[in-house]
Amino acid sequence: MSATTLERNNKGTEKFSSNNEQQTTDAKIKVKNLDLFYGEKQALYQVSLDIKEKEVTALIGPSGCGKSTFLRTLNRMNDLIDGVKINGEIVIDNENIYNSSDVIKLRTRVGMVFQKPNLFPMSIFDNVAYGPRMQGIKNKKALNKIVEESLRGAAIWDEVKDRLKSSALGLSGGQQQRVCIARAIAMKPDVILMDEPTSALDPISTLKVEELIAQMKKDYTIVIVTHNMQQAARVSDKTAFFLNGEIIEYDETDHIFSMPKDQRTEDYVTGRFG
Amino acid sequence: MRKFKDNFMLGLLWFSAFLTVAVLVVIVGYIFFKGFRLINFDFIFGDYSPVGHGGIWPMIITTIYTIVISLIIATPIGILAAVYLQEYAKQGRLVRVIRFATESLTGIPSIIYGLFGAVFFVTTLKLGMSIIAASLTLTIIVLPVIIRTTEEALKTVPLSYREGSLALGTTKLQTLYKVILPSAMPGILSGIILSMGRIVGESAAIFLTAGTVAAMPESIFSSARTLTVHSYLVTQESGDIELAAAVGIVLIVIILVLNLSATFISKKLNKADY
Amino acid sequence: MPSPSNENQIVDMKKSNKLKYFFESASEKLFLICAMLSVISLLLIIGFVFYKGSHPFVAEGYSFIDFIFGMEWVPSEDKFGILPMIVASIFSTIGALVIGVPIGLFTAIFLAEIAPKRVAKIISPAVQLLAGIPSVLYGVFGLAIIVPMLQNNFGLAKGQSLLAVIIVLAIMMLPTIVTVAETAIRAVPKTYREGSLALGASPIGTIFKVVVPAAKSGIMAAIVLGLGRAIGETMAVILVAGNSLILPTSLTDSVRPLTTNIALEMGYAFGTHQEMLFATGIVLFSFILILNFVLAKISSKGGK
Repeated sequence: MSATTLERNNKGTEKFSSNNEQQTTDAKIKVKNLDLFYGEKQALYQVSLDIKEKEVTALIGPSGCGKSTFLRTLNRMNDLIDGVKINGEIVIDNENIYNSSDVIKLRTRVGMVFQKPNLFPMSIFDNVAYGPRMQGIKNKKALNKIVEESLRGAAIWDEVKDRLKSSALGLSGGQQQRVCIARAIAMKPDVILMDEPTSALDPISTLKVEELIAQMKKDYTIVIVTHNMQQAARVSDKTAFFLNGEIIEYDETDHIFSMPKDQRTEDYVTGRFG
Repeated sequence: MRKFKDNFMLGLLWFSAFLTVAVLVVIVGYIFFKGFRLINFDFIFGDYSPVGHGGIWPMIITTIYTIVISLIIATPIGILAAVYLQEYAKQGRLVRVIRFATESLTGIPSIIYGLFGAVFFVTTLKLGMSIIAASLTLTIIVLPVIIRTTEEALKTVPLSYREGSLALGTTKLQTLYKVILPSAMPGILSGIILSMGRIVGESAAIFLTAGTVAAMPESIFSSARTLTVHSYLVTQESGDIELAAAVGIVLIVIILVLNLSATFISKKLNKADY
Repeated sequence: MPSPSNENQIVDMKKSNKLKYFFESASEKLFLICAMLSVISLLLIIGFVFYKGSHPFVAEGYSFIDFIFGMEWVPSEDKFGILPMIVASIFSTIGALVIGVPIGLFTAIFLAEIAPKRVAKIISPAVQLLAGIPSVLYGVFGLAIIVPMLQNNFGLAKGQSLLAVIIVLAIMMLPTIVTVAETAIRAVPKTYREGSLALGASPIGTIFKVVVPAAKSGIMAAIVLGLGRAIGETMAVILVAGNSLILPTSLTDSVRPLTTNIALEMGYAFGTHQEMLFATGIVLFSFILILNFVLAKISSKGGK
């Protein structure tokens, strides 16, 4: 390893320790020294990060920097990929999620919204009711209630309430993405992970989703990966800047965008690379 | 010179295509021309009698028996095997061995299957020359077909469906039967229909395992003859080309119907709204 | 606000997933067993055929060399030689390839490259359909039309002959070769053709110098599939082969290929005779393995 990268690592660790002091102990998600490998290739280096309850945390950085990979460790979606290895720990509600083997329970608590809307080829109702049904809820009244509340929670109830039984795939992309959010909400999770949720949407739909995120934060802890710096600035309380699998800087969103401590963060948020 | 050569090759292409089409038209035309006079209600639904041309209802029933029994066994096994290969198995030696075995089974000529069926199902398992022995042999013949078509169908199901479902805290099993298999169903169905065609067209393996008894089978443990075997035997033993051709018409119509429904179903797959 | 009853229901469900994990691992094991069944089937087939077929040579003192190179097959006199059948199988397969491959390939090229779209749209599915027609019917046709034709044209006592087998097999492999090769040729990217045409090559020259070589592996697959169909075909061949036990010296000789020997005698054979039919099966089996191997070698060499 060259001298410059070593220096960078040192700097990084220093910063994290100072960060940790700032954090209060009520962090919802605590990540400590997380390394992740795809086979031989290391994708995350010593990532440490505390995420507070009912805040929106944005993960930004150039493509391939590991932000999506990191997000997917939080609900163990990386387990689906052969040959992924993880060191370090992720604690959610005082439980190390990689020690507990109950990944089903984890994913009911930590919901996820993907880059492209991925509704199933079923009706809108069935899509939203899918998760609760799989948990064994069969009572029709209860399901109706969950579906309505979830669609309301995702601010799409009024648009779809008359066509709940028609195919979800007939909706526009923006509507589909909000139904995806409703589908995640239906599980009553504590945490919702969003992996570039607006990257496939037009500006108006994007705005709607952003408004939704702002509303949702009073009920949920949200972690959002985004390519869009303005979006991070608009929706998030905290922002973490990822570069080459490391966290370069993690701070209040205002600080990251107005007075970043690290030169590379500044270069990135001002659009000088990425 | 070059022009002459080009024209010569072009002529050759036209000629070959003409020859192929002509030969195939002549074959099908001949079968129809030779056999159509025998086709009537009594011929198809009548009982067999050795004098005259006899009815072929017993052979139709025998053929249906072999289709139903072998598919009842091969379909679940084939689908689940494909599910294992596509959805569960980690790529490695075991998968390579299974794939190699499946491919090899495809390449074995049916007379070898017949030999195997005759010694294993007929003699070793003491099933005797019977519909069941033939059906079990046919099960192995169509197993690779079902595995391969199901695998292809599973490959067309987008990864995002799997992720979307698993991220809601469902098990792989729930994801499989609620989302993946329903999406892959058209492809799987057309694979099953193609296997029916394979079973209907099979002769050598059935000849050695089901025998040649020309009567309505009392049970699946009776020896009986299928349509193809009947067509063969009347040609070979009595030279009754007219009867063989009439049976041929029935066979061609069955194959035609099966092919059309497979095409119809896979077209539906392309039009399906996802 | 979410109502408390719903909330509780979900929380309850989140408590324990032990049963679910049990079903997860149980189902995975079940799926694995299903997948292993094809391996087991293959082993059983090879095991039984080879065990039965090798028994005379291993335990009863028959010579394998005499079996392979023996000229006489008279089970009642304990004579088991299959050289005439091996030769008949090889000749009929090669003959069918020589006729069927060029015609099939040219037809495929015609359909993919030359034929007007509307024509190809009718012919291609029709040819595909013919690939599914029971092979017995090709035999019936062969016996009814080709055999008498040969008989009359060549003045033979009996039209059932090596040539009849070759023609029937060549016709039978046509739909398979055409369908698979056409798909392969259609899969060649347009840019290949455009590149060649832009360099001033003629359309026909482009097809043979650029498109066909680019589709080589698919074409090879088509030939292998057609070959597999020809060499393994049994019932159609019985009807037109004549089934004489002589070493074929001309195209008009009556022949008995390996497959037909098995099908004709399996019904009444027992003891050593039956085992020798399994041995015939082994030879057929090895034959197919070798041919597939050779063709795979050729195509991989050509690919470089």
